Amino acid sequence: MALINNHEAVGMDGAQRLSEASARDYFELLKPRVMSLVIFTAFVGLVLAPGQINPIIGFIAILCIAVGAGASGALNMWYDADIDAVMSRTAKRPIPAGKVLPQEALAFGLTLSAFSVTILGLAVNWLAAGLLAFTIFFYVVIYTMWLKRSTPQNIVIGGAAGAFPPMIGWACVSGGVSVESIVLFLIIFLWTPAHFWALALFKMGDYEAVGVPMMPNVCGEATTKKQIVVYALLTALSGVCPSLLGFASLGYGAFATAMGLGFIWYSLGVLRMESDDKRMVPAKKLFAFSIIYLFAIFSALLVDHVVVEMWHIAGGTI
Amino acid sequence: METVELSAAQKKSRRSRNMALGLVLAGLVALFYVVTLIKFGGGVVH
Repeated sequence: MALINNHEAVGMDGAQRLSEASARDYFELLKPRVMSLVIFTAFVGLVLAPGQINPIIGFIAILCIAVGAGASGALNMWYDADIDAVMSRTAKRPIPAGKVLPQEALAFGLTLSAFSVTILGLAVNWLAAGLLAFTIFFYVVIYTMWLKRSTPQNIVIGGAAGAFPPMIGWACVSGGVSVESIVLFLIIFLWTPAHFWALALFKMGDYEAVGVPMMPNVCGEATTKKQIVVYALLTALSGVCPSLLGFASLGYGAFATAMGLGFIWYSLGVLRMESDDKRMVPAKKLFAFSIIYLFAIFSALLVDHVVVEMWHIAGGTI
Repeated sequence: METVELSAAQKKSRRSRNMALGLVLAGLVALFYVVTLIKFGGGVVH
């Protein structure tokens, strides 16, 4: 039995509103799949950065970045609950599903934001904490509250929020921002439009129903397809930059070139897609490949770095 | 004030939330303990 105030227990309709949200529902608010990409790219930034970091402090840094990203996901779900309820892809999220109340998600997101930024600042450094705070602000206020519902360039500019994690990881170790970390940022930043517009093409009806001005709805499929190819080209070029700038090997460069050509190939498939194609298989293929591309590029940077380091160590001992 | 009888589902979810919160709090204590040791090293004893 619980003692509670009447207005907390009973809604306007007289029904009980006591929460039945489990810990898993709160975990879902953190957008775990997005978080896995954030963890991975931040980890790569942290490993590639020049300098040393205590492994436990490094783990805490990644944890804080992950929680910060999750917090911004919760705040995004709080603000977007109205449109999430309408779109098929998001209708089962905890708030539209009625498992978590909007104000609970808001409090959860704000608390995690404050904790993740503060602990990152205290345990690692305040530049990294500042970048994390800016990332949360950018995703929630600039993207979610402002750009998403007002311009078809929403995910082009908003994509910066998803591109910051490797830069934060880099700042955790080096204490600064450099050309290399900006290149890591650019790879994700330039990758985002092609990735999201491929999704927007085959989920066009969803976005139209809620009035979110995604590129295919506002500028049409033909323009979107052309812009996807342009961004795929830019992504492929940025993917090779680590090798051209000398912080990855030629082997990585060859791999990134091959992956970039694959990305362009799939984007050309979308460009050739008929306008009356309802199944949109090429767009679905590009969407799937774009995820593989980003994981592959960052995995290759990681492997390349570890192999080169080991080679140097082995060379030093012989 | 009114008394409200929680349903089985509400009790179960509350228990799940409490367990998770307990684990998070224990994790935070461990995190601050470890960070203190790393930051201050042997100096923490003095």
